[in-house]
Amino acid sequence: MKAPDFNYLRPASLDAALAMLAEHDGEAMPLAGGQSLMPMMNFRVAAPGALIDLADLSELRGISVIDGTIRIGAMTRYAELMADTVVQQHIPLFARALPHIAHDAIRNRGTIGGSLALADPAAEMPALMLALDARIEVVGVDGTRKISADKFFLGMFETALESEIIKAIHVPIATSDQRFGFHELTQRHGDYALAGVAVAQSADTYRAAFFGVADRATRVPELEAALARQDDIGAVLTHLDHIDFTDDLKANHTTRQRLAGVALKRALKGMST
Amino acid sequence: MSRSFDIKLRVNGEDVSARVPSRLNLVDFLREELSLTGSHVGCEHGVCGACTLSVDGDTVRGCLMLAAQADGKDVTTIEGLAESGQSADLQAAFTKHNALQCGFCTPGMLASALGYINAGGAADRDAIRQHISGNYCRCTGYQSIVNAICDVIEETKI
Repeated sequence: MKAPDFNYLRPASLDAALAMLAEHDGEAMPLAGGQSLMPMMNFRVAAPGALIDLADLSELRGISVIDGTIRIGAMTRYAELMADTVVQQHIPLFARALPHIAHDAIRNRGTIGGSLALADPAAEMPALMLALDARIEVVGVDGTRKISADKFFLGMFETALESEIIKAIHVPIATSDQRFGFHELTQRHGDYALAGVAVAQSADTYRAAFFGVADRATRVPELEAALARQDDIGAVLTHLDHIDFTDDLKANHTTRQRLAGVALKRALKGMST
Repeated sequence: MSRSFDIKLRVNGEDVSARVPSRLNLVDFLREELSLTGSHVGCEHGVCGACTLSVDGDTVRGCLMLAAQADGKDVTTIEGLAESGQSADLQAAFTKHNALQCGFCTPGMLASALGYINAGGAADRDAIRQHISGNYCRCTGYQSIVNAICDVIEETKI
């Protein structure tokens, strides 16, 4: 189908974009890469009155290193992240996960900020943010604030954004004692995950974020504690019971729970620096 | 409130100016306004790859980009790739290997494969399959398409 009618706005500055967002009072949506929003509009699942295209906002671009953290502009495309040597070297989990995000043509347009703002429960980026304990810098008319990934994703397509735009993402640089794992199970390469997990291990603590399994990217503190205690994998997997697994046409909740366990086992087997 | 947008872009090397409705997809603009019907419209949600185009040298989905977003961009469709000879080797290899039957996916498949070849992709069947996993073909089973792409890469190496 084609998208319903809307107004297309293309602000030249971040301030102008924020003013437009306020002026449309909930009726407008920011347009980043459009690789999820456009399909949703074509399906008529989303029908914003206006799109505010962020393409011209230089404030949302660029990758820099600040005090042990990599700051990634929200409008950075997946293809740019894959080509960036700083990102590839210092965020090993990105290097592992990015090739799984859709296809070349989608990665050439899709952005990190767009994925996080949409908060699709099956997308990889929100889970990576949780596993990496990243912070999300957002800006509104009242100023800028940084939100930890743990407090950012509130539900299916629901985030802590309040008439705000994501400005940048702050990801801690990986240290030599950290190890990372990633695995996702899909019907075809590039499809949304039926179940997937991103794991970050620092000394004796684990952060394991599952995606494609519930209404949002999800960590299970009991499961992470069991990993840290080096419990038997069977015992670790019993903590998946804490997740309210999704039922849909592709897989019911029982299958999903099993797949989440498989993904975790494979991710743990493939842990590396 | 304006629901149309003035755009200026380059399409297959020619300057184009137009006033387009906000909701018009790039691929529909190319097909319906410019009569460049080589890019096909399949799923309209970015899954099938039939509308794959090149924008500023990057392969993109023509159905997931608005015509308005193409303002100031350099767009190359399959017509442009064919006329400039860029896709000639690949087209010949597709013919040789019977890498198409109905042909609906072929323009997108060629654009996608060219993206892979131009980026220095190897004649590695798994990597090629992974790369074209975003382009659906319902006729060939992909085997012959992978053969054709492999052939072109191996021949240009020599």
